[in-house]
Amino acid sequence: MHVFADQANFDAYVSGFLWILKLTGAAAVLALLLGVLLAAFRVSPVPVLRGFGTAWVNIFRNTPLTLIIFFCYFGLFSTLGLSLADDLDLNNYWLGVVGLSVYTASFVCEAVRSGINTVPNGQAEAARAIGLTFFQTLRIVVLPQAGRAVVAPLGSVLIALCKNATIVGTIGLMESSSVMKDLINSNGDAVIAIFAVFAGTFAALLIPTGYFFGWLANRLAVKR
Amino acid sequence: MSTSNVLYDHPGPRARIRNAVLSVVFGVGLVALLWWIYRKFDEAGQWEANLWKPFTEAKTWTQFIVPGLQQTLLAAGTGMVLSLAFGIVFAVGRLSDHRWIRVPSGAVVEFFRAVPLLLMIFFIFYGVPFLIQRPVSAFWSVVIGLTLYNGSVLTEAFRAGIRSIPGGQSEAAYAVGMRKAQVMRLILIPQAARAMLPVIVSQLVVLLKDTALGYIVAFPELLQRGVNDLAANYGNVVAAAMVVAAIYIVINTLLTLLANWLDGRARRRAFRVSKQAAPSSNQVGGPAVVEPQG
Amino acid sequence: MRIKRVAAVAAAATLALGMTACGGDDGDGSGSGSKGLVGKAQSQKKLVIGVKADQPGLGLQTGSTYEGFDVEIAKIIAKGLGVEAANIEWKTTVSANREPFIQQGTVDLVVATYTINDERKQKINFAGPYFIAGQDLLVKADSTLAGPEALDGKTVCSVTGSTPAKRIQQEHPKADLQQFDSYSKCLPLLENGKVDAVTTDDIILAGYAAQTQYVGKFKVVGKPFSSEPYGIGLKKDDKEGCEKVNEILKAAASDGTYKTAWDSTLGKSGKAAPELDTTKLTNCGSV
Repeated sequence: MHVFADQANFDAYVSGFLWILKLTGAAAVLALLLGVLLAAFRVSPVPVLRGFGTAWVNIFRNTPLTLIIFFCYFGLFSTLGLSLADDLDLNNYWLGVVGLSVYTASFVCEAVRSGINTVPNGQAEAARAIGLTFFQTLRIVVLPQAGRAVVAPLGSVLIALCKNATIVGTIGLMESSSVMKDLINSNGDAVIAIFAVFAGTFAALLIPTGYFFGWLANRLAVKR
Repeated sequence: MSTSNVLYDHPGPRARIRNAVLSVVFGVGLVALLWWIYRKFDEAGQWEANLWKPFTEAKTWTQFIVPGLQQTLLAAGTGMVLSLAFGIVFAVGRLSDHRWIRVPSGAVVEFFRAVPLLLMIFFIFYGVPFLIQRPVSAFWSVVIGLTLYNGSVLTEAFRAGIRSIPGGQSEAAYAVGMRKAQVMRLILIPQAARAMLPVIVSQLVVLLKDTALGYIVAFPELLQRGVNDLAANYGNVVAAAMVVAAIYIVINTLLTLLANWLDGRARRRAFRVSKQAAPSSNQVGGPAVVEPQG
Repeated sequence: MRIKRVAAVAAAATLALGMTACGGDDGDGSGSGSKGLVGKAQSQKKLVIGVKADQPGLGLQTGSTYEGFDVEIAKIIAKGLGVEAANIEWKTTVSANREPFIQQGTVDLVVATYTINDERKQKINFAGPYFIAGQDLLVKADSTLAGPEALDGKTVCSVTGSTPAKRIQQEHPKADLQQFDSYSKCLPLLENGKVDAVTTDDIILAGYAAQTQYVGKFKVVGKPFSSEPYGIGLKKDDKEGCEKVNEILKAAASDGTYKTAWDSTLGKSGKAAPELDTTKLTNCGSV
């Protein structure tokens, strides 16, 4: 444990996990909004929107996140000149958030879509029979029920997102996996202790999160 | 709600016009955006012939991309087999009647699901050699990391699958004199595996993509060979990344199509567990098992 | 009752399989009974040598072959040990796996921009140095950036966690450091002005600057601010092999093969061959 007794190392450890939490937080919000929008696209009556949703999911879900983050840096920032912040770390952070969001949105979209599929046909038919429009049917009848059904899958997506945030290290953000790599490189004798601390922190963050979503899903489950 | 078109009426004349307008507006906007991106890449010289010329030469493929792809597929294949084995063993362990098996199995699975794969692979490569007093190759670091993580996720898939099988089936099996091991092996696991097949295949897509994380221990897979090493020769890192991304998309799309086909086939089969209990019919907790790790 | 026993046994078997499997590919490949490097070269007439695959001018995999100064040095050593160039099996190494490769016996020698330092000496043995590099900056050809002192407020690109990156962080904390997993990602950014400089050993930078893709666009500043003696890594207990390699290097310095190796690779950029200072060769771990 002498590694973490060193203030500089301890600070690096803390700031690494702060980046992870900040990446997860911002990307979770963006991915949720984007994912629900994409799901709405995929069930909409407009063919172009459906095609767009499908293409999005197929492209981003099938590309390694490492490459997506890479394209955010080399495509968005370096080539298209999109600068999201003046500070270098902050810019990399936001590029990472964009990458994580577009990737995670495709999983959110699929989860929401399968959630929509759990709502019995009769309910949508009934909604239309009383004259609700497409958006009203979605908003008032389908999505509230689908929302309950997707709590558990979205919980898994959130947990995966938090772990995936470590991949933003590829564009130089000193998040926890880069910090761990750094600490291991300079403290070869304490590899196991260092790993135990980092893995333990992730486990302490994510296992309770998993149980919380399990509990929430059970509580909110639609009784049929 | 298996088909989405129950959500809206068959479009009438006004709806058709509205849809057409929406299509055109959105389509034009999209094309304009893509065109702008294309122009920007053009200004930055990303379409220059000398960046793309290497991909017309045979040796780029035979020396960089194909060997990388082979390593990717080899690691993914080995990882798939091992994680299926891991998944079955620990699913059975988690459903055990004995606390001393159930609790440790649960702890192992929960732990490996919570630790980022990147950390895991890195630790196996640099930390495990201290424990076992011998080096671990990059290949096995990646494969073992993939196995522990994806195996844990598959454990949960199998568990959900086994639980979804109506209790009457095992009762009947016991009634005809089967022992517990036989019930599991002959009755429960085959049905659970079939019912969860789409979920399992989706997880294998995730596993294939995850091999890309091998870069952290310099495992010479597709991303390492096709992007880093290739770009060191030709200085075309963006072009190389585009080609490699396209390869990943094609392979994973094929795997996803396979998953959908298996799903469709399973749906047509008569053996289906009751509609209520089948996990692939998206009950709460059903589709929860696929985790989009990088 | 029995099912759990079966499960437990199967679980144990899976773990055991994993454990044995991960050590599966070491074992014989290394020593093959004969003693050390010299013994292997004599008895088998072939060697496995680890080089970099992504560093132009030093160790670059081009198609099926490798080329560069490190590769030429490796060929000289192999020849001195009585192994033909055609009988060398090249293996790609990266910074992270050089020590494991040597310890594991995956390779017999490592010639891969391998800086000799005390930490590494605890794990392996070094022959050489065959070249003294120094950390420097690569900038655009028209840049006025004169040296590391001028980096404040500028963006400099390097490899994550590498020694050059660390040195910038410690000695020039006001510089913005952009890190990637390979230098080939830094160069396009230097080209389009997203970073102001790329930093690592001068010889590596010179290799990148001389690539066809970038020729004439970049220059090395030429004020090295560290000393990186490149050594040849081999097994820690192989003192005999290490001394033999040093003898071969001495011979190469005097008979001109060292200069030829330079001229055919990095020398192409116009830089004259350095003198190989044979008095500085390591003592191969003897106290």
